[in-house]
Amino acid sequence: MVKGRQGERVRLYVRGSILGYKRSKSNQYPNTSLIQIEGVNSKEEVAYYCGKRMAYIYKAKVKKNGSHYRCIWGKVTRPHGNTGVVRAKFKSNLPPRSMGARVRVFMYPSNI
Amino acid sequence: MAPKKPRVTRNPELIRGIGTYSRSQMYHKRGIWAIKAKHGGVLPRHDPKPKPQAPAQKPPKFYPADDVKTPLVNKHKPKPTKLRASITPGTVLILLAGRFKGKRVVFLKQLPSGLLLVTGPFKINGVPLRRVNQSYVIGTSTKVDISGVNVDKFDDKYFAKEAKKKTTKGEGEFFEAEKEEKNVLPQEKKDDQKTVDTALLKAIESVPDLKSYLGARFSLKAGMKPHELVF
Repeated sequence: MVKGRQGERVRLYVRGSILGYKRSKSNQYPNTSLIQIEGVNSKEEVAYYCGKRMAYIYKAKVKKNGSHYRCIWGKVTRPHGNTGVVRAKFKSNLPPRSMGARVRVFMYPSNI
Repeated sequence: MAPKKPRVTRNPELIRGIGTYSRSQMYHKRGIWAIKAKHGGVLPRHDPKPKPQAPAQKPPKFYPADDVKTPLVNKHKPKPTKLRASITPGTVLILLAGRFKGKRVVFLKQLPSGLLLVTGPFKINGVPLRRVNQSYVIGTSTKVDISGVNVDKFDDKYFAKEAKKKTTKGEGEFFEAEKEEKNVLPQEKKDDQKTVDTALLKAIESVPDLKSYLGARFSLKAGMKPHELVF
């Protein structure tokens, strides 16, 4: 979230992109989304990210709580397939226009 | 009655529910015949002791329509969360969220609520004595010698918010009352910070580069993958 102060910009999240909803060939299930996390390429590497919280941040015209930015929180639930894609559930389902958009995968709740 | 030693049975068990000796054999073993002989052929009887008069209770005004179940007694006392093996007193931690995200900070002790007590030190990176949750922290392998610091006086009550005084608002004073009290940090807390920090600073300055390490913030850069990093 943008703050009004001159803070150092530290990135404590990993970038991810939203691939779409969990789906079969002709049916999709919007309660679970598929996320590609940068740098994660196999099912074993996903184990670190399971349970980590993530946020989909978007802008809106109307100011809510004093900001144009809004957020949907979610978490990584499990790996999807063999090549590092991840399933995620959000507090409310992600909107369809979020496909291809950026998601922030945080490093908390941490276990190291 | 005075507490008795639990009596061992004279009738060893063959199988659960079945003893070795019959009723008449047990009568003889227990010596009931001897007790009867002592008391003239009758087993002695004790009249019940008079109980102290219970205070007279008024019949209740209200009886609920259905029987109300009383909940079971719960004597469970929660323990503070288990501390990860990587977090020991004196470890440098990286804060992951909140106002001080990315700051590297020294861990002092775990409080009874389970939260971790942590300090910057304040002079180095601006983080005061603060509580932090274990899940929002990464434990690094860097340790600081913390033996010179006394942290016994800090517990959760030290960090409790002060109870807000309720002031009655008059119509005219409505706008003035808003400006009342800014939260000034009591001098006592500033002194506590100083005492903890001076002991820590000595230990930190004895290690080369540790001071600038604690002053710098942690950030993920391009190509850094947290699942491959060793902290």
